[in-house]
Amino acid sequence: MSVKISSSPQRLTIALGGELDHHSAAAMRQEADAAIEAKLSPKVRLDFSAVTFMDSAGVGFVLGRYRLVNSYGGRVEVTGLDQRLYRMMRMAGLERLVTLCKKEGKKK
Amino acid sequence: MKPVNEIHLRFQSHSVNEGFARAAVAAFASQLDPNIEELADLKTAVSESVTNCIVHAYPHSVGEIFLWAGLFADGTVKVRIRDRGVGIPDVRQAMEPLFTTLGGERAGLGFAVMESFCDRVRVHSRVGKGTSVTLVKRIAGRDADA
Repeated sequence: MSVKISSSPQRLTIALGGELDHHSAAAMRQEADAAIEAKLSPKVRLDFSAVTFMDSAGVGFVLGRYRLVNSYGGRVEVTGLDQRLYRMMRMAGLERLVTLCKKEGKKK
Repeated sequence: MKPVNEIHLRFQSHSVNEGFARAAVAAFASQLDPNIEELADLKTAVSESVTNCIVHAYPHSVGEIFLWAGLFADGTVKVRIRDRGVGIPDVRQAMEPLFTTLGGERAGLGFAVMESFCDRVRVHSRVGKGTSVTLVKRIAGRDADA
Protein backbone atom coordinates (compact mmCIF):
# COMPACT_ATOMS: atom_id res chain seq x y z
CA MET A 1 0.00 0.00 0.00
CA SER A 2 1.42 3.40 -0.94
CA VAL A 3 0.14 6.95 -1.35
CA LYS A 4 2.13 9.50 -3.35
CA ILE A 5 1.08 13.12 -3.28
CA SER A 6 2.08 15.76 -5.82
CA SER A 7 0.56 19.10 -6.63
CA SER A 8 0.54 22.05 -8.98
CA PRO A 9 -1.38 25.29 -8.39
CA GLN A 10 -4.35 23.89 -10.30
CA ARG A 11 -4.31 20.25 -9.33
CA LEU A 12 -3.59 17.86 -6.48
CA THR A 13 -2.63 14.36 -7.56
CA ILE A 14 -2.95 11.42 -5.19
CA ALA A 15 -1.35 8.31 -6.66
CA LEU A 16 -2.34 5.06 -4.95
CA GLY A 17 -0.30 1.89 -5.16
CA GLY A 18 -0.54 -1.72 -4.02
CA GLU A 19 -3.63 -3.41 -2.64
CA LEU A 20 -6.71 -1.38 -1.77
CA ASP A 21 -9.12 -3.21 0.52
CA HIS A 22 -11.07 -2.39 3.66
CA HIS A 23 -7.92 -2.93 5.73
CA SER A 24 -5.53 -0.72 3.77
CA ALA A 25 -8.14 1.93 2.92
CA ALA A 26 -8.05 3.35 6.45
CA ALA A 27 -4.44 4.51 6.22
CA MET A 28 -4.81 5.63 2.60
CA ARG A 29 -7.84 7.71 3.57
CA GLN A 30 -5.92 9.51 6.30
CA GLU A 31 -3.03 10.44 4.02
CA ALA A 32 -5.26 11.49 1.17
CA ASP A 33 -7.55 13.61 3.31
CA ALA A 34 -4.66 15.38 5.03
CA ALA A 35 -3.36 16.44 1.61
CA ILE A 36 -6.79 17.43 0.31
CA GLU A 37 -7.54 19.54 3.38
CA ALA A 38 -4.14 21.22 3.26
CA LYS A 39 -4.45 22.22 -0.43
CA LEU A 40 -8.20 22.64 -1.05
CA SER A 41 -7.28 22.28 -4.70
CA PRO A 42 -10.06 22.88 -7.28
CA LYS A 43 -9.07 19.63 -9.02
CA VAL A 44 -8.12 16.43 -7.27
CA ARG A 45 -6.87 13.50 -9.31
CA LEU A 46 -6.95 10.01 -7.83
CA ASP A 47 -4.52 7.90 -9.84
CA PHE A 48 -5.16 4.15 -9.66
CA SER A 49 -2.59 3.06 -12.25
CA ALA A 50 -0.31 1.43 -9.64
CA VAL A 51 -3.13 -0.33 -7.78
CA THR A 52 -2.59 -4.09 -8.03
CA PHE A 53 -5.78 -5.20 -6.27
CA MET A 54 -9.00 -3.47 -5.34
CA ASP A 55 -12.40 -4.56 -4.04
CA SER A 56 -15.43 -2.42 -3.25
CA ALA A 57 -13.44 -0.63 -0.53
CA GLY A 58 -11.85 1.26 -3.43
CA VAL A 59 -15.26 2.44 -4.54
CA GLY A 60 -15.94 3.61 -0.99
CA PHE A 61 -12.59 5.38 -1.03
CA VAL A 62 -13.50 7.37 -4.15
CA LEU A 63 -16.96 8.13 -2.78
CA GLY A 64 -15.49 9.47 0.47
CA ARG A 65 -12.93 11.69 -1.30
CA TYR A 66 -15.66 12.94 -3.64
CA ARG A 67 -17.74 14.05 -0.66
CA LEU A 68 -14.81 15.87 0.91
CA VAL A 69 -13.70 17.63 -2.29
CA ASN A 70 -17.27 18.43 -3.27
CA SER A 71 -17.82 20.08 0.14
CA TYR A 72 -15.53 22.97 -0.86
CA GLY A 73 -16.62 23.01 -4.51
CA GLY A 74 -13.72 21.06 -6.00
CA ARG A 75 -13.87 18.31 -8.60
CA VAL A 76 -12.47 14.79 -8.62
CA GLU A 77 -11.11 12.78 -11.52
CA VAL A 78 -10.11 9.14 -11.26
CA THR A 79 -7.43 7.94 -13.65
CA GLY A 80 -5.52 4.76 -14.46
CA LEU A 81 -8.50 2.41 -14.14
CA ASP A 82 -8.26 -1.01 -15.72
CA GLN A 83 -11.39 -2.73 -17.01
CA ARG A 84 -12.19 -4.38 -13.67
CA LEU A 85 -11.79 -1.24 -11.54
CA TYR A 86 -13.76 0.77 -14.07
CA ARG A 87 -16.57 -1.78 -13.92
CA MET A 88 -16.74 -1.62 -10.12
CA MET A 89 -16.81 2.20 -10.14
CA ARG A 90 -19.65 2.11 -12.66
CA MET A 91 -21.60 -0.36 -10.51
CA ALA A 92 -21.84 2.33 -7.85
CA GLY A 93 -22.79 5.01 -10.38
CA LEU A 94 -19.61 6.96 -9.68
CA GLU A 95 -19.49 8.23 -13.28
CA ARG A 96 -22.25 10.67 -12.31
CA LEU A 97 -20.12 12.19 -9.55
CA VAL A 98 -16.55 12.09 -10.78
CA THR A 99 -14.69 11.83 -14.09
CA LEU A 100 -13.56 8.24 -14.72
CA CYS A 101 -10.58 7.66 -17.01
CA LYS A 102 -9.37 4.25 -18.08
CA LYS A 103 -5.71 3.41 -18.50
CA GLU A 104 -3.90 4.92 -21.50
CA GLY A 105 -5.81 8.16 -21.09
CA LYS A 106 -8.94 6.74 -22.68
CA LYS A 107 -11.87 8.74 -21.37
CA LYS A 108 -15.38 7.60 -20.39
CA MET B 1 -19.93 -34.31 -6.64
CA LYS B 2 -16.86 -34.68 -4.47
CA PRO B 3 -14.02 -32.20 -4.73
CA VAL B 4 -10.71 -33.48 -6.03
CA ASN B 5 -8.93 -31.29 -3.51
CA GLU B 6 -10.05 -29.12 -0.61
CA ILE B 7 -8.71 -26.86 2.11
CA HIS B 8 -10.02 -25.61 5.43
CA LEU B 9 -8.82 -22.39 6.98
CA ARG B 10 -9.82 -20.88 10.27
CA PHE B 11 -8.68 -17.38 11.14
CA GLN B 12 -9.56 -14.42 13.31
CA SER B 13 -11.58 -11.49 12.02
CA HIS B 14 -8.70 -9.01 11.96
CA SER B 15 -8.91 -6.82 8.87
CA VAL B 16 -5.31 -7.63 7.96
CA ASN B 17 -6.55 -11.18 7.22
CA GLU B 18 -8.61 -9.94 4.24
CA GLY B 19 -5.38 -10.01 2.23
CA PHE B 20 -4.37 -13.36 3.67
CA ALA B 21 -7.69 -15.02 2.81
CA ARG B 22 -7.81 -13.92 -0.84
CA ALA B 23 -4.13 -14.75 -1.39
CA ALA B 24 -4.60 -18.21 0.15
CA VAL B 25 -7.63 -18.98 -2.03
CA ALA B 26 -5.84 -17.68 -5.13
CA ALA B 27 -2.80 -19.86 -4.40
CA PHE B 28 -5.03 -22.92 -3.92
CA ALA B 29 -7.13 -22.24 -7.03
CA SER B 30 -3.96 -21.88 -9.10
CA GLN B 31 -4.03 -25.68 -9.40
CA LEU B 32 -6.83 -25.22 -11.97
CA ASP B 33 -4.48 -23.01 -14.01
CA PRO B 34 -6.81 -19.98 -14.09
CA ASN B 35 -6.09 -16.95 -16.22
CA ILE B 36 -5.30 -13.59 -14.64
CA GLU B 37 -8.87 -12.35 -14.97
CA GLU B 38 -10.38 -15.41 -13.30
CA LEU B 39 -7.91 -15.22 -10.46
CA ALA B 40 -8.65 -11.53 -9.91
CA ASP B 41 -12.41 -12.24 -9.98
CA LEU B 42 -12.01 -14.91 -7.32
CA LYS B 43 -9.75 -12.77 -5.13
CA THR B 44 -12.17 -9.87 -5.31
CA ALA B 45 -15.19 -11.99 -4.39
CA VAL B 46 -13.38 -13.66 -1.46
CA SER B 47 -12.16 -10.28 -0.25
CA GLU B 48 -15.72 -8.91 -0.24
CA SER B 49 -17.09 -11.87 1.66
CA VAL B 50 -14.34 -11.92 4.29
CA THR B 51 -14.65 -8.15 4.73
CA ASN B 52 -18.37 -8.62 5.39
CA CYS B 53 -17.52 -11.04 8.23
CA ILE B 54 -15.07 -8.58 9.73
CA VAL B 55 -17.21 -5.47 9.35
CA HIS B 56 -20.74 -6.82 9.81
CA ALA B 57 -20.69 -10.26 11.47
CA TYR B 58 -18.32 -9.30 14.28
CA PRO B 59 -18.78 -5.52 14.56
CA HIS B 60 -17.54 -5.08 18.13
CA SER B 61 -15.36 -8.10 18.71
CA VAL B 62 -12.88 -10.44 17.11
CA GLY B 63 -14.51 -13.67 16.02
CA GLU B 64 -13.56 -16.68 13.97
CA ILE B 65 -13.97 -17.01 10.22
CA PHE B 66 -14.15 -20.48 8.66
CA LEU B 67 -13.14 -20.78 5.05
CA TRP B 68 -13.49 -23.93 3.00
CA ALA B 69 -12.47 -24.18 -0.63
CA GLY B 70 -12.85 -27.09 -3.01
CA LEU B 71 -11.66 -27.78 -6.53
CA PHE B 72 -13.83 -29.97 -8.75
CA ALA B 73 -13.04 -32.20 -11.70
CA ASP B 74 -15.25 -30.09 -13.99
CA GLY B 75 -12.98 -27.08 -13.39
CA THR B 76 -15.08 -25.22 -10.86
CA VAL B 77 -13.88 -23.80 -7.59
CA LYS B 78 -16.21 -23.43 -4.64
CA VAL B 79 -15.42 -21.24 -1.64
CA ARG B 80 -17.53 -21.18 1.49
CA ILE B 81 -16.96 -18.40 4.01
CA ARG B 82 -18.75 -18.85 7.30
CA ASP B 83 -18.94 -16.90 10.54
CA ARG B 84 -20.70 -17.22 13.88
CA GLY B 85 -21.56 -13.56 14.02
CA VAL B 86 -24.72 -11.50 14.28
CA GLY B 87 -26.40 -12.82 11.13
CA ILE B 88 -28.39 -10.95 8.49
CA PRO B 89 -32.09 -10.28 9.23
CA ASP B 90 -33.03 -9.78 5.57
CA VAL B 91 -30.66 -11.45 3.11
CA ARG B 92 -32.48 -10.23 0.02
CA GLN B 93 -32.23 -6.63 1.18
CA ALA B 94 -28.57 -7.07 2.15
CA MET B 95 -27.83 -8.28 -1.38
CA GLU B 96 -29.35 -5.26 -3.09
CA PRO B 97 -26.67 -3.09 -4.71
CA LEU B 98 -25.87 0.05 -2.73
CA PHE B 99 -27.67 -1.23 0.38
CA THR B 100 -25.52 -0.78 3.46
CA THR B 101 -26.30 -0.63 7.15
CA LEU B 102 -23.12 1.21 7.95
CA GLY B 103 -23.00 4.27 5.70
CA GLY B 104 -19.72 6.14 5.95
CA GLU B 105 -17.35 4.77 3.36
CA ARG B 106 -19.04 1.43 2.75
CA ALA B 107 -20.21 1.43 -0.84
CA GLY B 108 -22.87 -1.24 -0.26
CA LEU B 109 -21.47 -3.20 -3.19
CA GLY B 110 -20.14 -6.33 -1.50
CA PHE B 111 -22.74 -8.83 -2.69
CA ALA B 112 -23.13 -7.10 -6.07
CA VAL B 113 -19.40 -7.52 -6.67
CA MET B 114 -19.51 -11.19 -5.58
CA GLU B 115 -22.42 -11.86 -7.95
CA SER B 116 -20.76 -9.99 -10.77
CA PHE B 117 -17.43 -11.82 -10.47
CA CYS B 118 -18.71 -15.34 -9.70
CA ASP B 119 -21.06 -17.73 -11.48
CA ARG B 120 -23.12 -18.39 -8.37
CA VAL B 121 -23.45 -16.87 -4.90
CA ARG B 122 -25.51 -18.50 -2.16
CA VAL B 123 -26.14 -16.92 1.20
CA HIS B 124 -27.58 -18.55 4.31
CA SER B 125 -27.97 -16.56 7.46
CA ARG B 126 -29.61 -16.83 10.85
CA VAL B 127 -29.81 -13.88 13.19
CA GLY B 128 -27.64 -14.48 16.21
CA LYS B 129 -26.14 -17.63 14.68
CA GLY B 130 -24.08 -16.47 11.74
CA THR B 131 -23.83 -16.36 7.99
CA SER B 132 -22.50 -18.67 5.32
CA VAL B 133 -21.66 -17.45 1.82
CA THR B 134 -20.83 -19.90 -0.98
CA LEU B 135 -19.10 -18.66 -4.09
CA VAL B 136 -18.91 -20.82 -7.21
CA LYS B 137 -16.67 -19.97 -10.11
CA ARG B 138 -15.96 -21.91 -13.25
CA ILE B 139 -12.34 -21.74 -14.33
CA ALA B 140 -11.87 -21.90 -18.09
CA GLY B 141 -8.14 -21.62 -17.63
CA ARG B 142 -5.26 -20.01 -19.38
CA ASP B 143 -6.05 -21.70 -22.70
CA ALA B 144 -9.23 -19.65 -22.90
CA ASP B 145 -7.31 -16.43 -22.35
CA ALA B 146 -7.07 -15.35 -25.99
